[in-house]
Amino acid sequence: MAQPQRPTLSSSQLLTRDQAKTLADRVLALSTAEQTRVVIVSTWSGNTRFADASITTSGGVTDTTLTVTVAIGRRQASSSTNVLDEAALKRTVELAIQLARLSPEDPELLPELGPQTYQTVNAFVESTADLDPEARASAARRTITAATAAGKTAGQIFTAGFLEANARATAVATSNGLFAYHRSTDADYSVTARTPDGTGSGWARAGARDWSAIDAASIGRIAAQKAVASRKPQPIEPGSYTAVLEPQAVNDLIPLLANALAARSADEGRSPFSKPDGGNRIGEKVADERVTLYSDPTDRGLLGAPFDAQGLPIGRTVWIEKGVLKNLAYTRFWAQKQGKAPTGNALAGGLALSGGTKSTEEIIAGCARGILVTHFFYIRSLDPRTVLQTGLTRDGTFLIENGKITRSLKNFRWNESPLLMLNRLEDIGRPEPTEAGRLMPALRVRDFNFTSLSDAV
Amino acid sequence: MSPTRRDFIRATTSTAAALAVGHHLRLSPAAQTLPAPGADAAVVDLANEALNAARGAGASYADVRIGRYRRQGVATRERQVTGVSDSESYGLGVRTLVNGSWGFAATSVMTRAGAQAAALEAIVLSRAARAVQARRVELAPVKPVTGTWITPVMRDPLEVPLEEKVALLLATNEAALKVANVRFVNSSLALLREVKTLVTSEGTNVTQTMIRVGPAFSATAIGSGDFQSYDEELAPRGSGWEYVESLNMPGNAERWASIAAEKLKAKSVQAGQYDLILEPTNLWLTIHESIGHPTELDRAIGEEANYAGTSFVAPPEKMIGQLQYGPPIMNIQADRTQEASLSRVAWDDEGVPADTWLIVEKGVFKDYQTTREQAARIQKLTGVTRSHGCSFAESWNAVQFQRMPNISLLPADTDIGVNDIVAATERGILIRNRGSWSIDHQRYNFQFSGQAFYEIQNGKIAGMLRDVAYQANTPAFWRSMDMIGGKSSYWMGGAFTDGKGEPSQSNSVSHGCVPARFRNVTILNTAKNS
Repeated sequence: MAQPQRPTLSSSQLLTRDQAKTLADRVLALSTAEQTRVVIVSTWSGNTRFADASITTSGGVTDTTLTVTVAIGRRQASSSTNVLDEAALKRTVELAIQLARLSPEDPELLPELGPQTYQTVNAFVESTADLDPEARASAARRTITAATAAGKTAGQIFTAGFLEANARATAVATSNGLFAYHRSTDADYSVTARTPDGTGSGWARAGARDWSAIDAASIGRIAAQKAVASRKPQPIEPGSYTAVLEPQAVNDLIPLLANALAARSADEGRSPFSKPDGGNRIGEKVADERVTLYSDPTDRGLLGAPFDAQGLPIGRTVWIEKGVLKNLAYTRFWAQKQGKAPTGNALAGGLALSGGTKSTEEIIAGCARGILVTHFFYIRSLDPRTVLQTGLTRDGTFLIENGKITRSLKNFRWNESPLLMLNRLEDIGRPEPTEAGRLMPALRVRDFNFTSLSDAV
Repeated sequence: MSPTRRDFIRATTSTAAALAVGHHLRLSPAAQTLPAPGADAAVVDLANEALNAARGAGASYADVRIGRYRRQGVATRERQVTGVSDSESYGLGVRTLVNGSWGFAATSVMTRAGAQAAALEAIVLSRAARAVQARRVELAPVKPVTGTWITPVMRDPLEVPLEEKVALLLATNEAALKVANVRFVNSSLALLREVKTLVTSEGTNVTQTMIRVGPAFSATAIGSGDFQSYDEELAPRGSGWEYVESLNMPGNAERWASIAAEKLKAKSVQAGQYDLILEPTNLWLTIHESIGHPTELDRAIGEEANYAGTSFVAPPEKMIGQLQYGPPIMNIQADRTQEASLSRVAWDDEGVPADTWLIVEKGVFKDYQTTREQAARIQKLTGVTRSHGCSFAESWNAVQFQRMPNISLLPADTDIGVNDIVAATERGILIRNRGSWSIDHQRYNFQFSGQAFYEIQNGKIAGMLRDVAYQANTPAFWRSMDMIGGKSSYWMGGAFTDGKGEPSQSNSVSHGCVPARFRNVTILNTAKNS
């Protein structure tokens, strides 16, 4: 029986800067359109999924997708393919041109960008890009072992988890001479532990650009400890309670503000940042004065992309500073129309919420009576005017009394707005890494609106 | 289930299709559908290359899927086109079983070397998985099959000229903008053609072409410091361009947009308990979330615990034949056969022929959705030895796993419609089209909204409401169902993209249903943050 070679599909197959440039130039040369943009995304992804002490699926995928966007006059269209031979590239360019010719004029179309200067962001970490199937299986084993040990007072703990490592190279080139190239990695690992009596469930997650920053055993241990502590949850009357949201719960809510931060929606009267009589609320106080929300690809805790899919440089943007709305997200078109600088999408450069220095434990310790939330599930928008959302708590919801966790609570459905919530802060913790490109603190929020009970464990 | 019910579904859907398009073309639909393409020889060669490499390296079972996916999107707002895109994705995925452990690898390098590399990588993954293996995978038997199939369509939507698509959408927007206060209109088309060849080490070799269309329309009215939107429920379907035309979007847009304007003046709902009448345009999603997902066997046995969640329909040994899901008028069918449905295929991604079976019969839970490796786990409870054919992967680059087939509420024997249900209701709320939706990870507590809400007083529609959401516990909700429509009121909605799995995959699934009444349901006022 032939022994397989070492990883036959791996991140070493990502396009280098030179390879991406050569490919982009080939495509630009094929285009007869007035304006052409090429976006190349080359990816490797390795994943391992397990449940009930068995790996259920694991995969390795490599792919390179090329998207051509062309403009003829004010008519624009795009076409993409992952077939990279000469014939396919030609067909893709021709299809984009054909689609553009057929498209009506877009009055908002801007010319492609010319050469730009980008900040240097080193977001590619070898330990993540090299995370092979054996290393992932070994991490799963460490997690299960730690969870089993931490949960043994409750019997045989059930664990299910997912570990994924990604490596990606992105290049953007335009017929006006722009060329941008960026590589990044990310690893994400989450684990759910359940007690054999079916009444307890816990969860933990870590995400980072650098796999070596993730402790597989610790994730298993925390998930199992939460599962054991959350057994036999008791109902309490739904209503407004002080809530302590762990950083992962905050990470579920705060990025939902990104859409609301679009300047155009605000200026058009369709956002919570619209003024009732027209215009937007830049300069107004929109959150507690401790709150600062920003994007910054060069922040060591974020390491976001230094450009977007148009090649627009992404820099530091402070959206909310000490509670005051400082900036909204301007597309190139809307920025030009309003005489502002374009920022790109609100999440492009990562997202961080800052304002405090305490740990989650300290935030809990300062709470006289409240509900501790591990994370949220199935969040859906109810009302864009207030960014009101509904969703559920999950995998560890506890009552806090006099600074201590005293008992496990049944899960709740809640209806709450991440924006309005930021006006009811009792305390804010230090920003913690929650996933690659995110820093979120624990929050203690007054009058969080828990609306009904859920029987789900 | 009774043959009459099954035949009914097939008969009504094909009749509806015939009416919609037959009128237009005046030709028999059967005679006009496109023929099913076969696999080209080079594709089968590559698949065999990967299969041989996998077997040579020790796979006890392997399957290879080669897929070519073409997607087109056209999006418009008001009088402009906001996006036209066309994408093609082509590649090969190999799944291997070594000592009872799965491995999966995929590549877009479509050469012999690329196919071999993917196969060997899958073997590496299978072997690595042995380090964490408490249970070996065992596959239910399936008879090897060869063949081809195509979604029955008259006109491939990818081949329709873009001018025609843009003209349709802009005419739709123009009609909507005639309505006073309607300032924003979005309309779009999502079109997909998927050509997939599956070759397995057991001798299956099938090539299928799946075609799906997803139209969308939304209007927003602005007035006196407020805005209200209305999304029409344009069901995505496994159909051709003829279905998009049958919706007559330009002819209906003014009426749809006027609902957004009307919502500005609607009365905000008084929260409380009401009898609820759900039109099929709303109920299909409630079925999807509260019956479709909880009856997936992988959720019931914990394999989705870390993501989509588990299920209240667990453990299987305490549920099959025992759980009273709803009243005796409740019959829930699973299938991958309904005409024009999104999950319709001839064979699933393990080569299992499409099936039709009952999930709930006369209110009692009967069976789950299964794949080959799952069927054996409950066969002693169900007496079913075959897979129900629920294996599906969203693309060549994703591993196949258990995905939802069409899950539908079958009509009552008495052929009543929604008007009859309204007439029989003293105090209630009627809801049309899907709105916001959310449900917990065991599928108990849900909260759904809609697009248009009407107050019912003494058997009549008394006026329009707004800010309505209904919140309930799944078993209590279904047990409160006391009236359902008959066959004339059956309608099939669907989700073009339904997420599950890690890495998350999207599938398309339809849900047929009739209007139904539910007693004493909690209604929230979403504007009051209730």
